[in-house]
Amino acid sequence: MPGVLIVAEHLQGELRDVTAELVSAGRQLSEQGGGRVVLAVLARDPDALAEAGRLDGVDEVVRVPVAEQEFNAEIVTAALAALIEAREPAVVLAGFTVNGMGFGAALALRAGLGFATDVVGCALERGQVVALRRFYGGKVEAELEFPQRNRVLLLLRPTIWPAAAPGGAAEVTTFDGAAPPPSVRTRHREFVAPPAGDVDITLADVVLAIGRGVGERDNIPRFASLADTLGATLAASRPLIDAGWMPAERQVGQSGKTVKPEVYLAFGVSGAVQHLAGMKASKTIVAVNSDPDAAIFDVADYGAVADVFAVAEELEKLL
Amino acid sequence: MKIVVCVKRVGVLVDDPEFVDDDRAVDTDYLDYEPNEWDLYALEAALRLRDDAGDGEVVVVTVGDDEAEEVLVRCLAMGADRAVRIWTDDLAGADALVVAAVLADVARREQPDLVLCGAQSADAAQAATGTGLAALLAFPCVAIVTSIELAPQERTAVVHRELEGGLVEVCEVDLPAVLTIQTGIDEPRYVTLRAVQQAEDAEIELVEPDELAEPGFRVRRLLVPRSERAEMMDGPSSVAAKIVELVRGAAA
Repeated sequence: MPGVLIVAEHLQGELRDVTAELVSAGRQLSEQGGGRVVLAVLARDPDALAEAGRLDGVDEVVRVPVAEQEFNAEIVTAALAALIEAREPAVVLAGFTVNGMGFGAALALRAGLGFATDVVGCALERGQVVALRRFYGGKVEAELEFPQRNRVLLLLRPTIWPAAAPGGAAEVTTFDGAAPPPSVRTRHREFVAPPAGDVDITLADVVLAIGRGVGERDNIPRFASLADTLGATLAASRPLIDAGWMPAERQVGQSGKTVKPEVYLAFGVSGAVQHLAGMKASKTIVAVNSDPDAAIFDVADYGAVADVFAVAEELEKLL
Repeated sequence: MKIVVCVKRVGVLVDDPEFVDDDRAVDTDYLDYEPNEWDLYALEAALRLRDDAGDGEVVVVTVGDDEAEEVLVRCLAMGADRAVRIWTDDLAGADALVVAAVLADVARREQPDLVLCGAQSADAAQAATGTGLAALLAFPCVAIVTSIELAPQERTAVVHRELEGGLVEVCEVDLPAVLTIQTGIDEPRYVTLRAVQQAEDAEIELVEPDELAEPGFRVRRLLVPRSERAEMMDGPSSVAAKIVELVRGAAA
């Protein structure tokens, strides 16, 4: 039976947002002839998560009881391989998330699936899966096809598809055929929440985010004081956190905070995909970068190809 | 402690590209090249683990044509002990599953305690090679690692896996294992020109695979995505004025 199998992503007892986005994408494929939309919930106790997974557009939620409650790559890979063998879906969708990266390629190899990651669009053309992804920091788009593959696993980029609404009427079933892997060699110890820090950048109305373009650590105080003068909260992209120039609590992006201020000022931020995910919902975005091809200009409302120091100087004059 | 580190010479687009091969590949005239940033972090982590253990070997492996040797030379200059390059012309444009398979053949022969890969490459960003490699080697894998603590006697490592939003999962993994390394783990060391010059004389082993695995996908067509670009302001003073206007509006 062809169909779309969606791998629900959950953490600490809650479905993650990407799950509802995967459901929307799955529904689109279903309407193009993809068959039923089945959401698989893998957990030691999947009942509550399965109930939450009865989203609009899901035909069936299948509970897959496994040995661990939280994600374990080996357990998930083995269980999904068994489920795919039993259900024979044409398309399997999972998130291009840290968990998805942890099992995607392994599952594709194990189950002989066509495979693409960081997918930003997908469709069925005459029954064949076509996927879109980007290369070179978003500057080249590729249409991908999967010849000689009966089944395809796509890891979809979060925040591209709209979230499916709750309140569907999916039937709930159980799959008991998920054999455990021969050995489990990774063991969960604990989750450690990021330190709270002394500032919450998600509460700011105006964010001044700085990136590699500020050049050196010694330049940061200048932008900190510019932020103060503007009434903005200073934030940064990942390279400045990695370098130890700014504390992790100030990081905007997938591995940091997601912000939606009234005004987001990006100074010397190139606009890596992971950064954009954390700020593209801001109301107004202004980007200053010396590279005219910087990807940040694709999400900005206003942009200037300029030296960040020259703009800082102009602002200091005006304020 | 024997550690294999997989590295890649990545392409950086320098201009709006032209395509070749029926619009299925980027004309390489439009690319500059550099070592993949994530891989340098992986190498730095490997060098520190080797040095903390007091003995061991770090072997760097790349899949690339002869020009990719510049990345191996850089790795040797940083302190890697040995370098292997895998290439046959059919590997041009290979996806993560194909690359993982040829890496697996070399890794199997090396019998490492640990394999480190960058979490992703800057150009293709599939974030799949390490996970695929682990599956082919039948090693456990932890993806997006920001800290590694080895317990060599127990043949385990305690690692931090960085989830979205900065949440960290601490987990224990049996060795041998594959870890994919996130930036920021340990700042890659600076290499001197002299160290690079010395490394240029080192022997680099070439492995030429005669059969390749099935790719995960095939590129049907490339295009330059249309994007709604920002309204571009004319120089520092006009963008500064716009910023002041917007910030005052937000405060009002």
